Amino acid sequence: MKRHASRREFLRIAGGAAAGLGLTAIITVEPARATPATMQEAIRKVVGSARVNTGKVKLELPPLSENGNAVPLTVSVESPMTEADHVKAMYIFTEKNPQPEVVSIRLGPRAGRARVATRIRLADTQTVVAICELSDGSFWSERADVVVTLAACLEEL
Amino acid sequence: MANALINVPARARRGEVIEIKTLVSHPMETGYRRTQLGAPIPRDIIRRFVCTYNGTEVFSADLNPAISANPYFAFSTVATESGSIAFHWTGDNGFSVTESAAIVVD
Repeated sequence: MKRHASRREFLRIAGGAAAGLGLTAIITVEPARATPATMQEAIRKVVGSARVNTGKVKLELPPLSENGNAVPLTVSVESPMTEADHVKAMYIFTEKNPQPEVVSIRLGPRAGRARVATRIRLADTQTVVAICELSDGSFWSERADVVVTLAACLEEL
Repeated sequence: MANALINVPARARRGEVIEIKTLVSHPMETGYRRTQLGAPIPRDIIRRFVCTYNGTEVFSADLNPAISANPYFAFSTVATESGSIAFHWTGDNGFSVTESAAIVVD
């Protein structure tokens, strides 16, 4: 009787510990997602030693794109766009294009609204990263995954 | 040679945030492609786009080969005064296009 209870006890504790371990594993794996080193390097070149926070930025991309030659992209930030508090710059990076930099945009309080749309090329199914620099010098980022069925850059003439 | 399409409202109220859309015709040859014989196709892209409002820069972008052919940009600006909004694209092989639109602010 006593032995049975301890076995049940053991299973309960072991199960709890395993669930706990699984949870911590997910939490620790998430931020360290394998982003190719070249993109990280390109991002470092832009932000320097500053910390890149997650949030504030909204990156709109279609989750599935049939043609990687023209993928519509919109970056926006909820910002009052005043002299004291505005978005200074927006940068777009990709993981698997031949070159990680896509575009760097400068804007200011004269923009009135921090929202820019353009069309980009994607060479493969990959993650796109948008980084915005605010007037207080902080950097904020957002990422989006896009599945590309027809890749850009690879076709011959 | 090169055509640019721009969309700027003709009239706006003072302080209103207006949306500007621009499209310029350009192949944006990446420089990463090859012909069927394997010869690399040299890069030919627009490097920079600047928008000025009565001479003051309000928006600029540095482009890379990952921008689609016929670069499109939609952005906004505050209608501060009547005058002209000018757009300037410059790129490889001496590419340079300037367009402008008049705006009346009341």
